[in-house]
Amino acid sequence: MLMLQNAAPQLAEAAEQGGIQKFFADLSQSFEKTFITDERWKFFLDGTLATLRIAFFAALLGILLGFLLAAVRSTHDMRLLGRKSRTFSDVILKILNTLCNLYITVIRGTPAVIQVMIMYFIIFANSRNKEVAAVLSFGINSGAYVAEIVRSGIMSIDKGQFEASRSLGFDYKSTMFHIILPQAFKNILPALGNEFIVLIKETSVAAYVGISELTYVGNLVRSRTYEAFFPLIADALIYLAIVLILSFLLKKLERRLRNSDH
Amino acid sequence: MTTDSNILIKVDGLRKSFGDLHVLKGIDAEIKKGDVMVVVGASGSGKSTFLRCLNLLEEPTGGTITFEGVDITDPSVNINKHRQKMGMVFQQFNLFPHKTVLKNMTLGPIKLLKQSKKEAEANAMELLARVGLADKAHAYPGQLSGGQKQRVAIVRALAMNPDVMLFDEPTSALDPEMVGEVLEVMKKLAKEGMTMVVVTHEMGFAREVGTQVVFVDEGVIVEQNAPEEFFGNPQNPRLKDFLSKVL
Repeated sequence: MLMLQNAAPQLAEAAEQGGIQKFFADLSQSFEKTFITDERWKFFLDGTLATLRIAFFAALLGILLGFLLAAVRSTHDMRLLGRKSRTFSDVILKILNTLCNLYITVIRGTPAVIQVMIMYFIIFANSRNKEVAAVLSFGINSGAYVAEIVRSGIMSIDKGQFEASRSLGFDYKSTMFHIILPQAFKNILPALGNEFIVLIKETSVAAYVGISELTYVGNLVRSRTYEAFFPLIADALIYLAIVLILSFLLKKLERRLRNSDH
Repeated sequence: MTTDSNILIKVDGLRKSFGDLHVLKGIDAEIKKGDVMVVVGASGSGKSTFLRCLNLLEEPTGGTITFEGVDITDPSVNINKHRQKMGMVFQQFNLFPHKTVLKNMTLGPIKLLKQSKKEAEANAMELLARVGLADKAHAYPGQLSGGQKQRVAIVRALAMNPDVMLFDEPTSALDPEMVGEVLEVMKKLAKEGMTMVVVTHEMGFAREVGTQVVFVDEGVIVEQNAPEEFFGNPQNPRLKDFLSKVL
């Protein structure tokens, strides 16, 4: 009994050591298969670059669309809300506002994966330019969210700022440009940053239609090696790294813009 | 006819409604060059709305406002041009918080009057020195006291070299100890001959600086007189009641 009692831990230890060694051997083999064999690390590099390209241009498009939409919606609310439209330009503004509302409603009301598929299988059915389809799809998607963020920023500025600028003789456009938007931008920067973080991760949806970005290449490697661990963990870590870098840059920008707050 | 050329602002039958709420019910007034018109009245009487109609921050529902011979209520008039000649000072200061004091003052002159940066800044520094704030040129509004903010707001409007200054309760949001410094600046401005329309509760200022005092009640001017008569011998019972409460 005594001997057995003494031997048991040793046996377990030996088995454990063998297990640990085997575990690490398997792990390194798995690692090699995932990254080294056939230079598969290049897949991950290309996938990362594709993800960055798609996210960057989609964000640019999102900002452009978002600010345009927000400009139309805010101008409409400030000029026409609770009033009858009278002039020709009022009517145009009203129509534009309705279109913007429709756009925002449809985009926010449908899943991104469906939007990507519509763009890829219907609109870009005859085109080989897969990445452009992804950029357009995610840019249009992001624009709807950015529009509401920017509009909330414009509405957060005190009415007195608007009046002070108009009383100096600035017209509506210059007031927006010099007085309202710079202040609004500072207020919405955290929300805007959040939107772009979401956007970066959302580009993974493009894997669904076979655009070879980061998620897609992870899957590709997984299906070739029958190893799930490293491709998925690598994908996750790369997304995390991109988001961390973006967060860091945003925080820096926020700090710089805060210099007038005392 | 000779007096006509001296009239800077002429208001005829001015009306303003917000939906079913009739705030101004037909106001006539004349402001001559060099006048200091002080507008008093209870809160809700329409005195602020009257002032805000003068530069069309509120769009009148009816009547006309003639400024330097031009009917500015005419929709075909470019109101932005005329607003450059009408400085306005608000109760809540409304300085631009993302710009320094100097930038607050030079934005209009540079962008609208096409002054050079150097010229606009020299002019702004001179104005700041006149109100004792030259050392605050590079401060942000958030670093200033209420009284300092309002003095900056006044010189920001003056930097546009206006023909008339509109004051909308300029001391009502200030701590009591800061009211004096703002009124001092306004008195100096009046002495220099600036035409002013001032909505205020400062009866001392009205009596001392005003050339005419106007009492607005329920959207109409019920009494208008030189300050001695206005305060010494009020006629209208509502005005008597009002003065007994505020004096």
